[in-house]
Amino acid sequence: MESQFPLFPDSASALSGDVDLLFIAWSAVSVFFTLLIAGLILYFMVRYRRRHPEEVGASERAAMWLEIGWSVVPLAIMLAMFAWGTRVFFQLYRPPKDAVEFTAIGRQWMWKVQHPGGQREINTMHVPVGQPIRVTLASEDVIHSFYIPAFRIKQDAVPGRFTSVWFQATKPGTYHLFCAEYCGTEHSRMIGSVVVMEPQDYETWLAGGATGKSMVASGAELFQSLACVTCHRAGATGRIARGPALEGLYERQVKLADGRTVIADDTYIRESILTPTAKIVAGWEPVMPTFQGQVSEEQLTELIAYIRSLGPVGSAPAGGTGGPAEPGAAPAPETAPQQNREQP
Amino acid sequence: MSTSAVAESPVVPGPETAYERPNYLNAVYGVRSWLLTRDHKRIAILYLISVTIFFALGSLFAALVRLELLTPEGDLMGPDTYNRVFTMHGVVMVFFFLIPAIPAVLGNFLVPLMIGAKDLAMPKLNLASWYVYNIGAAFTLWAIANGGVDTGWTFYTPFSTNYSNTYVISTALGVFVAGFSSIFTGLNFIVTIHRMRAPGLTWFRLPLFIWSHYATSLIIVLGTPVIAITILLVAAERLLHLGVFDPRLGGDPILFQHLFWFYSHPAVYIMILPAMGVISELVAAFARKRVFGYRFVAFASVGIAVLGFLVWGHHMFVSGQSIYAATIFSVLSMLVAVPSAIKVFNWTATLYEGSISYQTPMLYALGFIGLFTIGGLTGVMIATLGIDVHVHDTYFIVAHFHYIMVGGTIMAYMGGLHYWWPKISGKLYPGFLSRLSALLVFVGFNLTFAPQFILGYLGMPRRYWSYPPEFQVLNVLSTAGASILGVGYVLPLFYFIWSMRYGKRSGDNPWGAVGLEWDTPSPPPTENFYTTPVVTHGPYEYNREEVHNRMTTEATLG
Amino acid sequence: MASQPLVEPHGHGAPHHAPLAHQFDTLEQQKESSTLGMWLFLVTEIMFFGGLFLAYVVYRSQYPAAFSAASHSLDVLLGGINTAVLIGSSLTMALAIWAAQVNWRKGIVIFLLATIALGSVFLGIKAVEYTDKFKHHHVPGASFHFEDPRVQPEHAEIFFSLYFIMTGLHATHMVIGIGVLAVLAILSWKGKYSAEYYNPLEMAGLYWHFVDIVWIFLFPLLYLLGAHAR
Repeated sequence: MESQFPLFPDSASALSGDVDLLFIAWSAVSVFFTLLIAGLILYFMVRYRRRHPEEVGASERAAMWLEIGWSVVPLAIMLAMFAWGTRVFFQLYRPPKDAVEFTAIGRQWMWKVQHPGGQREINTMHVPVGQPIRVTLASEDVIHSFYIPAFRIKQDAVPGRFTSVWFQATKPGTYHLFCAEYCGTEHSRMIGSVVVMEPQDYETWLAGGATGKSMVASGAELFQSLACVTCHRAGATGRIARGPALEGLYERQVKLADGRTVIADDTYIRESILTPTAKIVAGWEPVMPTFQGQVSEEQLTELIAYIRSLGPVGSAPAGGTGGPAEPGAAPAPETAPQQNREQP
Repeated sequence: MSTSAVAESPVVPGPETAYERPNYLNAVYGVRSWLLTRDHKRIAILYLISVTIFFALGSLFAALVRLELLTPEGDLMGPDTYNRVFTMHGVVMVFFFLIPAIPAVLGNFLVPLMIGAKDLAMPKLNLASWYVYNIGAAFTLWAIANGGVDTGWTFYTPFSTNYSNTYVISTALGVFVAGFSSIFTGLNFIVTIHRMRAPGLTWFRLPLFIWSHYATSLIIVLGTPVIAITILLVAAERLLHLGVFDPRLGGDPILFQHLFWFYSHPAVYIMILPAMGVISELVAAFARKRVFGYRFVAFASVGIAVLGFLVWGHHMFVSGQSIYAATIFSVLSMLVAVPSAIKVFNWTATLYEGSISYQTPMLYALGFIGLFTIGGLTGVMIATLGIDVHVHDTYFIVAHFHYIMVGGTIMAYMGGLHYWWPKISGKLYPGFLSRLSALLVFVGFNLTFAPQFILGYLGMPRRYWSYPPEFQVLNVLSTAGASILGVGYVLPLFYFIWSMRYGKRSGDNPWGAVGLEWDTPSPPPTENFYTTPVVTHGPYEYNREEVHNRMTTEATLG
Repeated sequence: MASQPLVEPHGHGAPHHAPLAHQFDTLEQQKESSTLGMWLFLVTEIMFFGGLFLAYVVYRSQYPAAFSAASHSLDVLLGGINTAVLIGSSLTMALAIWAAQVNWRKGIVIFLLATIALGSVFLGIKAVEYTDKFKHHHVPGASFHFEDPRVQPEHAEIFFSLYFIMTGLHATHMVIGIGVLAVLAILSWKGKYSAEYYNPLEMAGLYWHFVDIVWIFLFPLLYLLGAHAR
């Protein structure tokens, strides 16, 4: 960022080097073929220039091997590049298990960032170096796109659903944060910065800022104040329970009344809060009211953070059977307390 | 594809008296005779006037965009104005210039001539298409006059449906209506190519220009209705509150993108395929050689048309669609590059052992091959998932598609106009000036858009009214290039008009080219041919004895 | 295009067989061209409605409960009657073409008028249904209201959005079709069509049958599918 006339962007994440390598390799291939074509054209232009007005070209000598050659060779190069590019892409979109959860909510025209500890920032995002960070994205109005060029990552924030992206910063510094999807008047002002700090500096920064409640704590509070707890009560049994308990639910398989099975990820939980009737858990009545319009995108992410804290994937029994969210014929809550005890 | 019929016909006078003979231009006079004409050649001229006006308008918007981006802070206009300007640039250029330009002007003029027909199969529909185009254009102009629209030419929901406060409905209706003019043209071409070919003109004797227009027409017929319904849904959502894409109702904005790109990606091929057809004609004519691998080039057009429908998802790699869907769209997008590569290699191979002359049209054609190669290769780069995540919605994309649209389509359109201008007008334009303009276009173009590749990889997002200061140097270069490009585009406007009155007569076949269109006088008579040609061999046969013998001396163009 | 009659040097003023346009050489070529053109036009129509059907399928699978509840509020009886009316109109359309083939001029006019009448009945019933929707506030927008505890009204609103746009566009096609048939009926009355030349009738028939088929898809999708579930 120091240079007034950079020709190559900062490279500051664990995967930015991989993207650059791919890009440079592709550029080399492109330059080679461009020069090949341009060179041939220039050579032929000189070599076979028309020498007198009535001259005509030679008759065509069709060559099948040429046709096949210049179909197959580019195809092979492209398939190799496809495989390479897809590998990088999967890395870019598959966060490691130990990633820390941030949220960034786009609205016209700002990014609202929330740290796992509950600290909030607008258009700035302080992150520690070396720590994998997963950012859950949502939008309150139109489509935005969360773009950090120095990390080579980009993901649209789409209203009505969650998306996510992850990165691991490798170099302290200040980098651009852009909105890359056109979103109206101040689209070009919906920019900010990502400040990558040494872990101890980050801790100091966290301590110095106005510490809010952690996302989990805010979520737990909402869980009470929105009265979610009256139905989704851990340990409740039989007729008392009006809804499945949520302990150990996160990232587990859930069996639905219509026979389908879904994974209880962010998107599913979000839908279940906003559109309870969309997917009814097998064995339960569709009695839950919608919370559409009552919870903001931010509160949704807090509620999900809370539900996530009730049972991370690691603690759930393998195979997704016997979990509280999958009661089969019998209501599940009996098993829920067990799940709870496994929590540290 | 010469015909003995014309060569031996005693009715046909020599070139020196050509202009006095009745032709489509002097057959009837008066405004009425033009506005009610059903002659495909006159309709092509009407289209030429319309698309030129829209090209000028779109270029004006482009100039404003480039001027605004001279400085990092938005100095020239406010953000709302800028957003409208780039949107109108996109809407006007895509829907009212690039899509109709080659098919409706050159295609309209040449398809019947090249297949030895008296007209298109449905002349009234053809005229209707021009009127429908202008009605659509009127809606859009009305929107522009009232302050324009600020959604980007992509009309992404929910911004376009719930948030924009500009003239989305009238612009959408304009695009919707103009879509019908495309459909009419495409439908007409398919029917004409199937049913109106001259005796003996089998499919593999057709010029590649016809093959590419056939492929284009297939895309138009299959794709345009989908954008019609999509854009109608956007208008209905704004006007009647029918919320099909509204996330507040549980609607899915991504569904809009799927429907939009299902048409709008093939639309890219609607713009580039006819251009490829033009280039095949130009390369053959100025190398005086049969296009290398004729069948491969012909089938490549159809292959592009078919594959083009399977790759729309590559516009949505970072939209939140499944990463597995993205993988499939990525590999399919790369497959489209194979037929494109086949074409480029075959054109290059055509030059081998040719007899190459550097007339203006050929300069455009060679420029096209180079620029299209860059545009195509960068296209495959951004079809690579790992790269697209970074450069998606940045200036890298802007540079890439301008290399295809401007470096490809417009270069071919200009080349085609220069090649067939003697056929259209019967006149020659100044050789030096036209070569100079081709050079200016090539240099200006590269200076405008090459820096944008770097800007894009640096991370400058598109549709930015202001930008961080470190991007300024490249933006200034780009604006400087655009001003050169502008001069390159303005020159032909003047010398074409000049040539109509003062230009030297071209004779029937100034290039010594073969092809049915050159076997009839320039300008052609209303019914195109004095006798229906009978075709006995394939296109581009410059080595046949009889072609060789009657090869006229090349006209001197400066 | 094997046989090629001599072409007059000045095509314009040359006397053609009356219905043969100047750009064609034979009536057969002209007929083939217009038939191919019509089929291509129908292909564009399929793509046009195809986009809507896709949207319908996507949302139906996303919100099955809301769609079946909303679907339940439509009047299957009226929809069924309309289906029968439309199939009947296809029959009369086919009979009009048959009348042309057997050179029964009066028959052409009678059957075309019958087709127009049936089409109008369809539109009339559709108008009744629309009015009903307005009465029950089932028209998307600010005043939309849908009462069913098991589903969210927003999702039902998407159903009704699709319902109105699909049936609305279908009805627009019907209106255009009726207009075309009216013109053809007048021309038939004037004796323009006979066993020798009735191509426009055939083209209009293709269009009419297509509009009919669209309804054959719309009726089960909107009225029947899942209406009985839960």
